[in-house]
Amino acid sequence: MLNKLLKRLVRHIDGFLMSCLIVTMILALCVLYSASGQSMSKISTQLINISVAVSLMWIAANVSPQILERIALPAYVLGVLLLISVALFGEISHGARRWLHIGVAKIQPSELMKIAVPMLLAWYFSRRESVATFKDHAIGAVLLAVPVGLIMKQPDLGTSLMIASSGFYVLFLAGLSWRILIGTAVSIGVMAPILWTMLHDYQRRRIEILFDPYQDPLGAGYHTIQASIALGSGGLAGKGWLNGTQSQLDFLPERTTDFIFAVFGEEFGLLGNVLLILLFTTIIGRGLVIAAQAQGTFSRLLAGSITLTFFTYVFVNIGMVSGILPVVGVPLPLISYGGTSLVTLLTGFGILMSIHTHKKLVTS
Amino acid sequence: MRARRSELKNYKKEQYDFRMRLAAGALLVLICFGILISRFVYLQFSRYDHYQTMAENNRISLVPIAPNRGLILDRNGEVLAQNSFVYTLEITPAKVANTVEETIEELAKLIEVSPNDQKRFKKLRAQTHSFESVPIRTHLTEEEAAQIAVNRFRFPGVEIRSRLFRQYPQGKSGSHIIGYIGRINDRDLENLKESGDLSNYKGSDHIGKSGLEQYYESQLHGITGFQQVEIDAGGHAVRVLSSTPPVPGNNLILSVDSKLQRIAEEAFGNYRGALVAIEPSSGEILAYVSQPGYDPNLFVDGIDTESWKELNESLDKPLINRPLRGIYPPGSTFKPFVALAGLEAGKRHPPFSISDPGFFTLPGNTHRYRDWKAGGHGSVDIRKAIAVSCDTFFYGLAVELGIEKLTSFVSHFGFGKPSGIDIKGEMGGLLPTPEWKRRRFKQAWFPGETVIVGIGQGYMLATPMQLAQATAILANNGKAMRPHLVSAIQESKGGQVHSVPAEVIDQIALNPKNVDLVKQGMMDVTLPGGTAARLGADSEYLMASKTGTAQVVGIKQNEKYNESKVAERHLDHALFITYAPAEDPKIAIAVIVENGRHGGSTAGPIARRVMDYYLLGKEPPSAKPAVEDPSVGAPVTPEEHNHVE
Repeated sequence: MLNKLLKRLVRHIDGFLMSCLIVTMILALCVLYSASGQSMSKISTQLINISVAVSLMWIAANVSPQILERIALPAYVLGVLLLISVALFGEISHGARRWLHIGVAKIQPSELMKIAVPMLLAWYFSRRESVATFKDHAIGAVLLAVPVGLIMKQPDLGTSLMIASSGFYVLFLAGLSWRILIGTAVSIGVMAPILWTMLHDYQRRRIEILFDPYQDPLGAGYHTIQASIALGSGGLAGKGWLNGTQSQLDFLPERTTDFIFAVFGEEFGLLGNVLLILLFTTIIGRGLVIAAQAQGTFSRLLAGSITLTFFTYVFVNIGMVSGILPVVGVPLPLISYGGTSLVTLLTGFGILMSIHTHKKLVTS
Repeated sequence: MRARRSELKNYKKEQYDFRMRLAAGALLVLICFGILISRFVYLQFSRYDHYQTMAENNRISLVPIAPNRGLILDRNGEVLAQNSFVYTLEITPAKVANTVEETIEELAKLIEVSPNDQKRFKKLRAQTHSFESVPIRTHLTEEEAAQIAVNRFRFPGVEIRSRLFRQYPQGKSGSHIIGYIGRINDRDLENLKESGDLSNYKGSDHIGKSGLEQYYESQLHGITGFQQVEIDAGGHAVRVLSSTPPVPGNNLILSVDSKLQRIAEEAFGNYRGALVAIEPSSGEILAYVSQPGYDPNLFVDGIDTESWKELNESLDKPLINRPLRGIYPPGSTFKPFVALAGLEAGKRHPPFSISDPGFFTLPGNTHRYRDWKAGGHGSVDIRKAIAVSCDTFFYGLAVELGIEKLTSFVSHFGFGKPSGIDIKGEMGGLLPTPEWKRRRFKQAWFPGETVIVGIGQGYMLATPMQLAQATAILANNGKAMRPHLVSAIQESKGGQVHSVPAEVIDQIALNPKNVDLVKQGMMDVTLPGGTAARLGADSEYLMASKTGTAQVVGIKQNEKYNESKVAERHLDHALFITYAPAEDPKIAIAVIVENGRHGGSTAGPIARRVMDYYLLGKEPPSAKPAVEDPSVGAPVTPEEHNHVE
């Protein structure tokens, strides 16, 4: 009886993916414990975040892709409306307008868009039975540009870039012609100087400091320098858990959130880093397999986009911490402290599981 | 059917295309992760040593602990320089909430912050890093400290600190002996770098700038201790890893008696001048006066511009260390040494005497070198020549000796070279020779120039220190001791006292009979008939002295013109050298009173007071100067006056 209930409970959970996620999140709690200066309160908060996120994942896994397909458009429209209201009535914190008060809760509509945008685009392309035309891609690009533009205005460069990439992956997987792809890349190269002038001063500064963090060692370059020192001084095997001097002595800024990878790299060294990358690669690999086996255009486009977006998060965050990409506010997925991004991520993985498990049900 | 087949075909193609795209995505993942791993290899393997060092530098900080500076004590243990805790109000510019200016403005509403405080703060701030604290006020009262403490939450980056401050309890008295410490400046840093002592000054803000504070810097400073501490990013020490305590500086014990010093200083009244008193047998300095003095406490934490201007531009030149850096013609105080030179050269032995017409002429020349006493002193032998300061006698003697012989003899008494006292910046005076004149002026030496050197005029220049040293050497029968102010150094650890041994620097071979003869002449100076007869009239001990007068050449171009002052400053300088008791010398003194006119009547009484206290313990009537104020214009009987024409 109990067995049966349990079976029902995990029916839509992908065991392999779930195991990988659990291993990663346990690791995350260990790193957080060290990065937070052994704060049990942060650990318990994060445990609550994980429970909420896993619950949402479970719900997402149990919702069939057909239903998702049906709610794609309403979710997108709602998201855009919320983004517009944020722009109009949003609460300003840390110089950016990202949050919206709805009664008792504060929500960040841009997080909703992380799922809604790929869902909408996947829905859009799945409705085209024939091979997607240039016109389809152009319309897709506009649908993508609206929320990306709104979020960039908040300003939240990190999130808008992530959403842009999730949308781009849908376009790419839907067969965006290589010619357009290369053409766009070239025109971006040409447009770069114009884009440069459109960036905020602090964003421009971040890119400048990226190329030479020592320009401003105590200011904008401080993050990058201290993170490099943390990673570099970790050496091959690391300084050991709870023994990272850069982390424990407060030299690393934002070390529980965006820069948590530096703590990991300092305490576990090159060896730990490679293992973590392997763990991420396994998760991504599983996602790609799910996407490859998915049935229907909507499912595979969505699965592929969710997986590749997850990869993008990992790459951008670790790239920024290790000093090869500019410092944009992107947390390390599954590891950084905080509930918002975790909820979105695990919901995404829930959708992957749903796509995988519901497919089996259909075929059987 | 057809439609369905095509749809199926389409479906297969679509799936194939999709999988190819997915494969491209997988390739991107692998490439990007490959880039990350190669970056890790670079950071964590290739550059590991570099980043390891940087992490250690981040983490571990050596915090220097400045040692307590040694004390300076007089011979009886009276404190001349000490350290005391003082509350200072300090601002760390990097940590203040608003601007530093606003913070100061707010602070000024609670406690007094003078414009001078602000100026000094600005100056210091320009020299320090923004994360170092800079004092805005020093010497806070308890009340002020409490005011700030209560309001502390309003002022981030503002702290009350208790710092050890150098303090000179004697104020102006002895200021030129002790000197002062001041903030380490770029030049000091340069010197420290050169001498290799820089690391020992890591925690120190101050260094000796003048006087004994400067000369004995290495003794007084001590050895800086270190604490190896782990620090966090805010620079706060988290824990101490290891600690080496500092070693305090050694204490200096002076031969100077500060009571005697004060008596000597007070004896000057409003006169400017210098006095050096030496114990002839040891070379120990007993008193060392440079009038006027200054308050060395002003310099400790950076003197404010107004006070500096006042000191630096004062016509009285309080910052000049007169005993070492005041160079004066010795005038007639030079005569005993010329006399001894003559006797040692086999000339002028009694019963030799001259009949003084009141002037001297060189052979084949009609120019008259006049004696200070018109009409002359009558029949004069060497003893009387000293007692009455007969110019004519010494004119002839100098010519007969010749300038080279004269200068080479008196140089043994320390003329023309620094005495070697333990204060820096000593001048050597001038002992002129034909060779010197050729080098200096590219001119030949004239015989007439030898004539006037015979009475300590002309090119001849000496410091008060040199005169005192020469007198001490004479009193000590030709045995020259190195003069020194510090008689002992007390180790900070254990407190052992190492006395500075008396050092013989020269033993002049002299015929005791000749020395006695000169000394006899000097004893006669304060006896009836001598130039300072009044001075010796009521003395309980016998002294051997010589009076002197030196002409003031003129007012320098760059000095300010001040009618009343200038007239007074044109007056001759009064000199007096003496030692006592004549039969067993315990103290030798040289005094110069600027614009004091007559050695016997202004300089002499100052020396007498010092000797009265030193030899008899006689204290002068409270704080009354030994000589009248120059502005009062005390009547002076013309005793002697050298005319150089």
